[in-house]
Order: sequence, then C-alpha cells, then structure tokens
Amino acid sequence: MYVIEKTEELSQGVKSFIVKAPRIAKKCQPGQFIILRTDEDGERIPLTIADFNRETGTITLIFQEVGCSTRQLGRLQAGQAILDVAGPLGNASHIDKFGTVVCIGGGIGVAPVYPIARAYREAGNKVVSIIGARNESLLILEKEMAAVSDILHVTTDDGSKGHKGMVIDPLKSMIAAGEKIDLVIAIGPVVMMRGVAEVTRPYGIKTIVSLNPIMVDGTGMCGGCRVSVGNTNKFACVDGPEFDAHQVDFTGLMARQRMYLEHEKEERKCGGECSCH
Amino acid sequence: MLMSLRHKMPEQTPDERRKNFKEVTLGYTADIAKAEADRCLQCKTAPCRQGCPVEVNIPAFIKHLREDRPDQAVAEIKQKNNLPAVCGRVCPQEHQCEKLCVLAKKGQPVAIGRLERFAADYGLSCDCEPREVGAEPLGKVAIIGAGPAGLTAAGDLACLGYDVTVFEALHEPGGVLMYGIPEFRLPKSIVRKEIDGLKQLGVTIEVNAIAGKTFTIDELFEEEGFEAVFIGTGAGLPHFMDIPGENLNGVYSANEFLTRVNLMKAYQFPQSGTPVHIGKNVAVVGAGNVAMDSARTALRLGAENVYIVYRRSEAEIPARAEELEHAKEEGVQFHLLTAPVRIMGSEKGWVSGLECIRMELGEPDKSGRRRPIPVEGSEYTLDVDAVVMAIGQGPNPLVQHTTPGLEVNKNGNIIANEAGFTSKEGVFAGGDIVTGAATVILAMGAGKKAAVAIHQFLQEKHAVKE
Ligand SMILES: Cc1cc2nc3c(=O)[nH]c(=O)nc-3n(C[C@H](O)[C@H](O)[C@H](O)COP(=O)(O)OP(=O)(O)OC[C@H]3O[C@@H](n4cnc5c(N)ncnc54)[C@H](O)[C@@H]3O)c2cc1C
Ligand SMILES: Cc1cc2nc3c(=O)[nH]c(=O)nc-3n(C[C@H](O)[C@H](O)[C@H](O)COP(=O)(O)OP(=O)(O)OC[C@H]3O[C@@H](n4cnc5c(N)ncnc54)[C@H](O)[C@@H]3O)c2cc1C
Ligand code: SF4
Ligand code: SF4
Ligand code: FES
Repeated sequence: MYVIEKTEELSQGVKSFIVKAPRIAKKCQPGQFIILRTDEDGERIPLTIADFNRETGTITLIFQEVGCSTRQLGRLQAGQAILDVAGPLGNASHIDKFGTVVCIGGGIGVAPVYPIARAYREAGNKVVSIIGARNESLLILEKEMAAVSDILHVTTDDGSKGHKGMVIDPLKSMIAAGEKIDLVIAIGPVVMMRGVAEVTRPYGIKTIVSLNPIMVDGTGMCGGCRVSVGNTNKFACVDGPEFDAHQVDFTGLMARQRMYLEHEKEERKCGGECSCH
Repeated sequence: MLMSLRHKMPEQTPDERRKNFKEVTLGYTADIAKAEADRCLQCKTAPCRQGCPVEVNIPAFIKHLREDRPDQAVAEIKQKNNLPAVCGRVCPQEHQCEKLCVLAKKGQPVAIGRLERFAADYGLSCDCEPREVGAEPLGKVAIIGAGPAGLTAAGDLACLGYDVTVFEALHEPGGVLMYGIPEFRLPKSIVRKEIDGLKQLGVTIEVNAIAGKTFTIDELFEEEGFEAVFIGTGAGLPHFMDIPGENLNGVYSANEFLTRVNLMKAYQFPQSGTPVHIGKNVAVVGAGNVAMDSARTALRLGAENVYIVYRRSEAEIPARAEELEHAKEEGVQFHLLTAPVRIMGSEKGWVSGLECIRMELGEPDKSGRRRPIPVEGSEYTLDVDAVVMAIGQGPNPLVQHTTPGLEVNKNGNIIANEAGFTSKEGVFAGGDIVTGAATVILAMGAGKKAAVAIHQFLQEKHAVKE
C-alpha cells in the first residue's frame, strides 16, 4: 500500500498527489514513470514521476482525470492509499550540457517536462520553456516552470493567458529569428508532439518526445506499448518512453491509443459518474 | 491378462465449458482415484520415475493412495515437488512420467498426473514447520521473480531455515501460473493457496519490485544485506513475426491477451477496469500451450470462430495432448501447414484479415522436425478481426543489463550450470530465464537444485568466516 500524503487540485480536473514510495523515490530520475493500480479491480495505468524527494521517500504524480481509472484515483484523499505503485519504469532522460534546450509541455504534458527542464538547467543549459493549454484555467505549473527556465513562453488556444495560439508558435518564432537551438524536448498530446517534430525536422534540430501508448505491465512483458520508431518496433516502456521525434510513427501511435475507445464509453455508461468500481 | 483401461477424469461438457472460465476438468473422485491407483503394478524399477524431471517417487505415493492415505501421498510427492496441485494439472505427462510407465506400451499408462492432482487437492499442503519465532535464520536470501522456479527455491530455503524475500515485478506472485495459464486450466485459488503456504513458512513476498529498475542485484548485496540471490525471471519477452500489419489494433501478443484476461480479469469488464478486444473471428498463430490457452480464452470471451494457424502438421504440435484434445472438442478450428504472411487492416487501423500461405514439409531441420516450406501461389485470406501471436517468448533483459559480471548466452539467457551457479559469485539462476521457455516442472526442478546449491554455498562461506 502506498499512502497519499498530500493532494492538491492544480486546475480543473488536474490533481497532484504526493505519495509515499521510498524505494522508487530513492532510485528515480527525470523522465521515468510508475504504473499504479488503485484497487483490486483497478486497471494498471502509467503516470510520470513529476517530482520526487529522496529524503522524505515521496514521489509526486500529476494527472488529469480523463477516464474511469484516473477519476477513481482522483477520488482518493490524503491519508488513503493506492494499492500498487511499481517503478521507476522507463529510461531516464539523457541529461547533459547541450547549450540551448527548448522544453515544450502541452496540457498535462507540462508535468513530465518540469523535472526534465529542471535537470537541464542544473546541468548548465540555457532552458527556454514553452507551456500551453486550452485556456488559462487548465494551465499548470507555471510558477514552477518559470523558476527552472531562463525564458518561459505561455500559450493558450483562446488567448486567455499569454500568447493566443499553439506551443509551436514561439518555437517557430525562435527558429525564424535565427536563434541557435541545440535540443528540443516536447511532451504532450500526440498531435502536439507531431507538430513540433514537423517544425524542427527541416532544420535538423534534434527533437525528443516522450510517448504515452497504452501499457499493461511496463516491464517489456506484453508488447502492448509497441510503437514504430525508425521502422522498427520498440516497446515504449523499456526502450523509451523518450524517442527521436523525427523517427516516430505518430499516426500509428494515435491509432493504437484509440484501441479501447468503445470500451471506455461502455465503462462510463455503466453508472454515470464512473461508479463502475 | 486383460488390460484395464485408464480412468477418465470427469469434466464439463464442451458446450457448457466454452461459455465459462471455470476449470474444465473436475478431478477424480475418491473412488475413481482408488481404482486408478490399483492399476499401478508397483514396478520395482519404477521406470516412470525416470520420466519425471524431479523424480517423484511415483509407486510410493500411489501406494499411499491405494491404502487410503492421501496425506502421506502428498507428503511423499512434496519431497520432490513443491507444487503437486499445479504439476498434476499442467505437466506434459504424456512426454514425461506416463510415457515411461510400463503400461504405456499398451497405450494405457497409469494416470499419474491425475492421481498426483487428486492427492494434492485432497491432502493437506504443508510439509515442513515454519522456523520458530525468534530463531536465528541461517542467512538472508533474495529471490527475483515469483514464478514456479522462484517460489520453489523460496520454499526449500525457508524450510532449511533461511530468511527469504521474494521480489516480484507484477502486483501478484505466481508468474505464468497467474498471468499466463488461464483459470479454466489452473484455478488461481490453487496458486494462491500454494503462495499462502510459503508465507506461513515465513517467506516475505514483495510485489511491485522490479529488479533492474526498483533496485539492482548489487544493491541487494551491498545495501540490504542479502548473501545470495536466485534469479527466476522467466521467459517474459514476447516475440512478434515482423510481418506487415502487426501494429494494427486487434493484434495482441499472447502475453498481453492472456495477462489482460487472467491477471487483470478483463472477462469481468467493466466490473474490472481492464478492457480486452474480443474479435468475432480470431486467429491465434502458433500451436503450443500458449496458443491453445489463447484460443480457448477467445472462445470463452465470446468469439464465434477461433482458428489456430500453425506452419507444421499435427504431429509436431507442441501443446500438451489434453489441451489439444480439449481445444478440438470446444470447436477451435485448425489451419495446419499454414503460415501468416501479413495482417490486413481497415482504414481506421483495425485488423480486417489474415493473409496465409500453405506449407509443405521438407527435410528435417536442426530440431529434427521436418522443415515447413511455403507452397508458391497458395495464399488465401482468413476473415478475422483479431490476431494473437503465440510464437514464443525470449528472456527479459532488465536484470542481465543491470548486473555487471552476469554472463548471458547469445539469446540473452543467463548462463548457469546444472546446480544453478552463474558467473557471478552469490548469484544463482534457474527456470525459463536459463533454459528458454520450457515447463513448470523443469523450472521447479531448477529452483530445488538452486536451493541446495545456495545452502551449500552459504554454509561454506560462513564456515570460512568462523
Ligand atoms: C509513460 C506514460 C506516462 C504518462 N504520464 C501521465 C501523467 O503524468 N499524467 C497524466 O495525466 N497522464 C499520463 N499518462 C496517460 C495516462 O496513463 C492515461 O491518461 C490514463 O491511463 C487514462 O486512464 P483512464 O482509465 O482514466 O482513461 P481511459 O478511460 O482509459 O481513457 C480516457 C481517454 O484517454 C485516452 N487514453 C487512454 N490511455 C492513454 C494514454 N496512455 N495516453 C494518452 N491517452 C490515453 C483514451 O483514448 C481516452 O480518450 C501517461 C501515459 C504513459 C504511457
Ligand atoms: C500461456 C502459457 C501456458 C503454459 N502452459 C504450460 C503447461 O501446461 N505446462 C507446463 O509445464 N508449462 C506451461 N507453460 C510454461 C511454464 O509456465 C513456464 O515454463 C514456467 O512458468 C517457467 O517458470 P519460471 O519460474 O522460470 O518463470 P515465470 O513463470 O515466467 O515467472 C517469472 C516471474 O518473474 C517475474 N519477473 C520477471 N522479471 C522480473 C524482474 N526484473 N524483477 C522481478 N520480477 C521479475 C515475472 O513477473 C514472473 O512473475 C506455459 C506458459 C505459458 C505462457
Ligand atoms: S511432477 Fe509431473 S512428471 Fe513428475 S510425476 Fe508429477 S506429473 Fe509426472
Ligand atoms: S511404471 Fe507405471 S505401473 Fe510401474 S510403478 Fe510406475 S506408474 Fe506404476
Ligand atoms: S507495457 Fe507491456 S511491454 Fe510495455
């Protein structure tokens, strides 16, 4: 059992949990994730380790309540416990001194970008961050991102905060202005990551994305998380989750993410506010 | 003398069972067990024993059954085999103990597996006393992986007096017995009971603990005070065929399909949170136990047509005879001497068909089986909307990659000798991670041998210190 020490609502439907998990907190690195299961009937779902504290033996999870499992998780209160938390999974981000690193987070994707941006900054890079959301109320971790970035751009689809438009806009402007960019990290919805990949591809700017296919075990045992990268199949949980954006088959990834859409509808039907458990 | 016939085991009828996940075979009743035990000739040389990888004293346990002492029968079996309720159900007996039974020549060997199962289900399961509270353990041993190999090593070491912790990556111990072999063949309650028995012996089981990720083997020695480690991480890495269309929605590895259904209880969706895609027509590629389990699972989930696609002929089918027979009775359709060429997809990225090619058998290959050769121009399409790949598994590399000094062979399997010693001091290994995908009883045998080797190793180590 993994006790939830603190909960916080960051924005509508986005929650942050601090969870006691000493073994994981001791070991984890930016870029890694865990797989959890709230109770006996629960699904195994992957969530990025958004932060960690080795002294207190805790990790921070930031998640969006999008479906049955995440809503069920969101109903838990501080003092209650999550049945299973396994990790840290996946490979750590390759942190090094590259020069100028642009860290892009879209929606909930800001959560995984945060520890990575911080690590790049600590490694002596100039960190330019771009975070975006549909509107101001959905924007998360703005203060935290500002604290670990040399420059922070904010975008919203409706212009309620920062630049009106998409996260790729400030990136395009940087490129147009001839700014030297050594590395781009982009995490968010697949369409956004694909968008970023297309922007940087013509300029040969090294671009890394963190993929989020549907997973089961997270240890390379099921193959459910396979994605085509450079025309060979990779298991995102053990070979990734970070990959070279210019090699990823985003179309295939998107199709596979939709595999259980019909089931999820059925799940939600089965009792209004997700009372299926 | 007229030969008596083996006693059949009562089972659910095919029509009934293909609609449920309950165990297919119901086990012998006491009367049938006794009658079957009476068939044993109690041969002095007991050829049957040589067929058993762990050399269970078969005539001795059968004698106990004959004389109404099921408890002693179990105790006898447990001298050699910690999980008789499991092995009685899943051992390929026709290739092992029963194959060498003297009555097998007439085609009617004693039903050793069924008797073993009867004894195990009937008798009490504990065969040694837990270490006394407060008694000093002989040492601290870590077991990586809670499959049959790891659980067996854990049990034997606990009986010898060690402080044993089993680290398991998944949220439930049991390995393939839990996530792979379906409920209708091996009820999970039996596996849980065996695991509870281990806990009573004082074995600690830590789940959600992934060696190579949550901790490394070296850390167990350096930071947590373990003196020996046994690696039994199995053959968990699914193989795909590398044919076009394998990433379409509706294509599963058998591991994923079976894990969703068995471990995550997808057959109870949406009461359980994990969904599974059930095709109307399902092709399962392969013909081993894994393939039969996948095919019969698909039927039970409600698929209308389930096909086994296998590139060799019936004679080469590696599945247990009983599973093959059950699959046929339940209506699984066999496309033998057939190989998949590509998986066809719909616009939306779902499986819409499986293109196959017919094969013929040529000269024997390395394995001694005749090599299948494609028949040119014989392609045809199976109308399916789900495909399960059950063509084998390799070793998961997580532990090997994070344990310096641990040697592996070219397939990535850990190199260990008969006793279980690896190239790294204090590290032992056995089961599928060493041999490649094999059987429950072989994995258990390896666990047993490693327990002996670990005991010896630690005693010698401690003796030097003193
Ligand atoms: C490595 C990794 C790290 C992740 N980190 C985070 C994180 O830090 N915070 C967070 O909120 N989410 C994260 N996710 C996504 C998260 O796992 C899914 O949102 C969650 O599994 C959805 O479960 P559900 O039952 O609540 O929703 P479902 O009912 O299963 O799905 C709701 C909607 O989300 C879509 N969906 C389902 N699974 C995924 C997925 N894996 N990726 C994208 N969309 C999906 C469905 O198609 C559907 O439209 C991560 C995923 C991966 C693979
Ligand atoms: C579907 C199916 C049906 C089968 N049917 C039969 C049958 O009828 N008869 C028969 O004799 N055999 C059968 N087999 C084969 C048999 O199950 C295996 O040979 C046997 O389980 C091997 O045992 P093991 O202990 O070596 O490994 P496994 O049973 O594979 O157990 C390994 C365990 O280690 C865990 N693990 C892996 N990596 C790590 C890590 N890094 N850290 C911590 N834990 C880890 C895994 O999660 C797993 O629990 C079948 C196999 C399958 C898949
Ligand atoms: S363990 Fe398996 S091979 Fe040995 S006697 Fe029992 S059923 Fe036969
Ligand atoms: S070989 Fe057959 S008949 Fe002889 S002891 Fe073994 S089981 Fe009995
Ligand atoms: S989630 Fe199962 S192999 Fe990656």
